[in-house]
Amino acid sequence: MTLISHSFRSLRLDRISRAFGTMRALHDVSLTVGRGEFIALLGPSGCGKSTALNCIAGLLPLTAGAIWLDDKRIDALDPEDRGFGMVFQNYALFPHMSVRKNIGFGLVSQRRPRDEVARRVDEALALVRLQDHANKLPGQLSGGQQQRVAIARAIVVEPPLVLMDEPLSNLDAKLRLEMRAEIRRIHQAIGCATIYVTHDQDEALSLADRIVVLRDGEVRQVGPPEALYARPAHADVAEFMGYRNIVPTTATLSGDFVQVTIGGATLPGIPMEPAQGPAIAAVRPEDLTVTPDGPITVCVEAAEYRGRDFYGFGRARDGSELFFRSDRRVGSGETVNLSAAADRVLVYAA
Amino acid sequence: MSAALGAHAPRLRLRLRNRGLDGVTLLVVPAVLFILALFIYPFLYGLLLSFEPKEGGALANYIAFFSDPFLYDTIGTTLLIAIPATLLNVVLSVPVAMRVRLMRHQKLLTAILVIPITLGTVLIAEGLLTYLGPRGWVNRVLVDFGITGSPIRLVHNYWGVLLSLVISGFPFTFLLTLSYVTGIDPALEQAGRMLGARSRARFWRIILPLLAPGLAVTTALSFVQAFSVFPSAVLLGAPAGPTRVISIAAYQAAFEAYDYSMASAIAMIMAAVQVIIVVALLAARGLLFRGPASSGKG
Repeated sequence: MTLISHSFRSLRLDRISRAFGTMRALHDVSLTVGRGEFIALLGPSGCGKSTALNCIAGLLPLTAGAIWLDDKRIDALDPEDRGFGMVFQNYALFPHMSVRKNIGFGLVSQRRPRDEVARRVDEALALVRLQDHANKLPGQLSGGQQQRVAIARAIVVEPPLVLMDEPLSNLDAKLRLEMRAEIRRIHQAIGCATIYVTHDQDEALSLADRIVVLRDGEVRQVGPPEALYARPAHADVAEFMGYRNIVPTTATLSGDFVQVTIGGATLPGIPMEPAQGPAIAAVRPEDLTVTPDGPITVCVEAAEYRGRDFYGFGRARDGSELFFRSDRRVGSGETVNLSAAADRVLVYAA
Repeated sequence: MSAALGAHAPRLRLRLRNRGLDGVTLLVVPAVLFILALFIYPFLYGLLLSFEPKEGGALANYIAFFSDPFLYDTIGTTLLIAIPATLLNVVLSVPVAMRVRLMRHQKLLTAILVIPITLGTVLIAEGLLTYLGPRGWVNRVLVDFGITGSPIRLVHNYWGVLLSLVISGFPFTFLLTLSYVTGIDPALEQAGRMLGARSRARFWRIILPLLAPGLAVTTALSFVQAFSVFPSAVLLGAPAGPTRVISIAAYQAAFEAYDYSMASAIAMIMAAVQVIIVVALLAARGLLFRGPASSGKG
């Protein structure tokens, strides 16, 4: 398959907003997507990520702001004229058309000559490895195969931008991992810019070049996966990125670190925001580990085995509930000591 | 002995239940009796009666019908009214249903469109008689605006019957079509838009193929309704001539000639014509895509 033939350089969202009545679904979102970039829009349900995608697609009109494709303003264009590819959550394959006809739909809409349609559909079928199923109807395919058809149908027209709306959420866990690798492979093969909506941070971390975290219709943080994982900018982003221990505390400055109280014990942490006085400490369960001389003492309430190690939660002396990791089996009722490295305790202003 | 029965009885009940038969199944009995008494028995009675003519052999009624143009022409006359009325209704119902599907006050509009069902054919016929008549609103508007010089004739002829069939049949056709249209996943149209298909292309390439099987059923049911037209053919038409439909022929045989046997034969012919058209429509449906009109495992 040929690389994107377009002169596409960037897609720019300029303070776009979308309201439903008085409900602000999307507010002042700005973002620039570069050539070949893979962007994940990440957030809990109701955060506006699907609204954002539909606005970019043109399926929902904006209430404010502008969308620029290079130097052309496109937010008043119909979706038919934007030429973006889209993969829907339920695939939205045409049930009465064969796989081949489904994939060729966009090319036929563009009135391409018949032999060109056939050739490019063959290329797309090969790319998603569905040559043997070309003449089947979508209803005769498995969920993963339908997903591949949906992807092939979206990319065969060589769009400047592909939009994906939670494409893996209808698949079972094993297939989801396979398709995730498949989407990565296809993206690397054709290299077209992609905006991928998901609520699953693992998907976003493994696929995206950059992640955009949305909450209540506003952008909370934009950055590469490593930054989002290790250094969330806000406490709510941290919570969403898997920092399950969110502890209200008081911060006191000491050198480069701040001292915070977690589970009745005082620990050093990194200030992510200027924090002095009331603060929130965020720690991942995997960074709060059972060590014989750890400062925090908890009474284990439950623990589960996750293959390599154990994850559990317990109650500290001050009554707070903490999630932790252990190398050895711990049982409920047991008292253990926990510790966390100072650079893994993130402190935010409350 | 009793122990053996006790061991056997539940097994039989279990077997029956596995075939979908249990105590609840008995609730179907009144409905079956009702259908037997009101549909099957009269049908069989009429069928037998039609083979017992006043004079001649068993097929004498049918031979009489198909050798008298005054009688067999009624089939053509009825088809000439029923087919255009049905097609008009189906063709009109599709765009209306497509639009209503997207409306916020869908229920209100549906209610307004459905009111004609509750009126009954006779009331519609009476209303149309004055509304479309020489001194009715339609003609007064046409004449006063100078569109036509003199009132045009819209009642006591073919057009009056056709219009009344369209009005009384539309709600039914529309409701059926609406249910098929709303069964199509809106994401399919969005997918079509994203792939560059404009509304016309989306309709012909996505909506219509998915709607076609449902439209075949809708057409069949609407046709059966229109084919048995009687009140409006008498009240709004010219029952002696251009709108002498088959049900009028049956009525005259039964209640003017008092030949119940002949009337039954005409009713059987009427049923046969309907069955032929319905079977043809449903057979055509078999050639179309018949899966669910939604996508994937969504």
